[in-house]
Amino acid sequence: MSVAPADVAKIASLARIKVTQAEIEAMVPELNGILAWVDQLGEVDVAGVEPMTAVIPNQLRLRADVVGADPLTGGNVRDAVLANAPAAEHGFFGVPKVIE
Amino acid sequence: MSELTDLGIAAIRDGVAKGDFTATEVAQAFNAAVAEANPALNAFIVTTPDHALAAAQRVDAARAAGQPLGKLAGVPIGMKDLFATKGVQTTAASHFLEGFVPPYESTVSQRLWDAGAGMLGKLNLDQFAMGSSNETSAFGNVISPWRAAGDNAGRAPGGSSGGSSAAVAARIAAAATGTDTGGSIRQPAAFTGISGIKPTYGRCSRWGIVAFASSLDQAGPMARDVTDCAIMLEAMAGFDAKDSTSLDLPVPAWSAQLSDDLKGLKVGIPREYRIDGLNADVAKSWDDGIAWLKDAGAQVVDISLPHTRYALPTYYIIAPAEASSNLARYDGVRYGLRDLPEGAGLQDMYAATRAAGFGSEVKRRIMIGTYVLSAGFYDAYYTQAQKVRTLIARDFEEAFRQVDVILTPTAPSAAFVLGQKSDDPLEMYLNDVFSVPASLAGLPAMSVPAGVDRQGLPLGLHLIGRPFDEQGVLNAGLAIERRAAFTARPEKWW
Repeated sequence: MSVAPADVAKIASLARIKVTQAEIEAMVPELNGILAWVDQLGEVDVAGVEPMTAVIPNQLRLRADVVGADPLTGGNVRDAVLANAPAAEHGFFGVPKVIE
Repeated sequence: MSELTDLGIAAIRDGVAKGDFTATEVAQAFNAAVAEANPALNAFIVTTPDHALAAAQRVDAARAAGQPLGKLAGVPIGMKDLFATKGVQTTAASHFLEGFVPPYESTVSQRLWDAGAGMLGKLNLDQFAMGSSNETSAFGNVISPWRAAGDNAGRAPGGSSGGSSAAVAARIAAAATGTDTGGSIRQPAAFTGISGIKPTYGRCSRWGIVAFASSLDQAGPMARDVTDCAIMLEAMAGFDAKDSTSLDLPVPAWSAQLSDDLKGLKVGIPREYRIDGLNADVAKSWDDGIAWLKDAGAQVVDISLPHTRYALPTYYIIAPAEASSNLARYDGVRYGLRDLPEGAGLQDMYAATRAAGFGSEVKRRIMIGTYVLSAGFYDAYYTQAQKVRTLIARDFEEAFRQVDVILTPTAPSAAFVLGQKSDDPLEMYLNDVFSVPASLAGLPAMSVPAGVDRQGLPLGLHLIGRPFDEQGVLNAGLAIERRAAFTARPEKWW
């Protein structure tokens, strides 16, 4: 499969990356080179093969149902969470207006 | 006595414990070496001499008070700048996270500090760990301390853990942390003549490590030799409830059980790794490795891993897919860069921020990942890749019915000149051809120095083991290390 400039613009939009027309033109051959290369996977016979979901068998655990069971991840750390925000206001993350 | 910076983990720890020198003297010596070398090598993004000194002073005080000392007491290390370190800038070598100061410590780095290590600084890497030459860092290339004979051109230290490999090889850090997604510990170790091990997936907690491809990412040590790797891995590994894929298993005493007596061990040589046009020096070092393992008592067996040639394309679907999902968090809202053009709405802010914050290789992988996960293409690419991944893992399972460890070269060549491969993404990706299959199967694997090529540049040999059998990998690595007697060092030009 291969991509055209319109496809690259669509992918960039899905990925939320702003691209110029010149960047799109440059990406088309690069992405097509990579896609042509990965297309060889299509020749592998995978009949009856399950897609891998875990490399090492492991049981998913539930954490203890306790507030603040882990002091680092358990909450009540608002200021630490906001400390690196580009625009923290009134104890919240600030963003541009999203409703008129 | 030789210089303190010539010493590795075991020698420093034992020397401090015996009182041959103090941890403070060691930290001062390494801090000075870092200050002298870093302007030339660019191995560290930030240096933290005070952290190294404070840790050393705690160790000296503990020793004076007769308290027990940790596994890494008095050992100054470099920390790959992918690990969150409380109060110290953590960037993943991206412009996006420039100025990001974590309010918490990653599990692995905390374990190292608890074991008595100190931090010399945060080590440069490929941006978000995506690269094989350290040329995608937003903080400039790392220059390998190694140069080819009669040629002063700057060489790649490998990637993504290129700051780690350069710092250990230049002897400005006793050891360093690395992370490995498709070879990012092993290939840089091979390029710089040091040892590095990626343990079984789940041995080291991923909590607090900037995520690239979560089903592949694993931390591990990079050090002067196999013994130092074993000691450091014991300190890094262990169960952590904060990582849902962490293995709830005891950490073996790998360093105490090291042995290069391989009697009864079967070593597999996969025929598919003997690729067309294999570099002659690499082929010779592989043959040397086979002879050394036989000398250590092992029996060598030819094996087949039939899906090997599909490993790289599989990796370059799965890793970008996971990256595109993981890197969705960089949105200019919660941390890091924000680019808010005049009058822009939220969606425009996301797009402008991500355009400004990511380098071109990171964007390329996010784009590929977004494409292979998008409606209409998901099954053809992503599901197909996960099925082929199952077959690749099955190849190893079959092989490990016949053999105990597998020996291959680590990388298809010695370190190349910076800029030589950076224009062609596919050519760069081929660097990981030997390291990626073990990553896809979650297996423990390590690189040890095997010798130098005709240009005088280091070559590594690669050992792959069964799940949880780091000991088998380390022991075979030790057998090679003792027989290769690798003593080459980069001549100091910095």
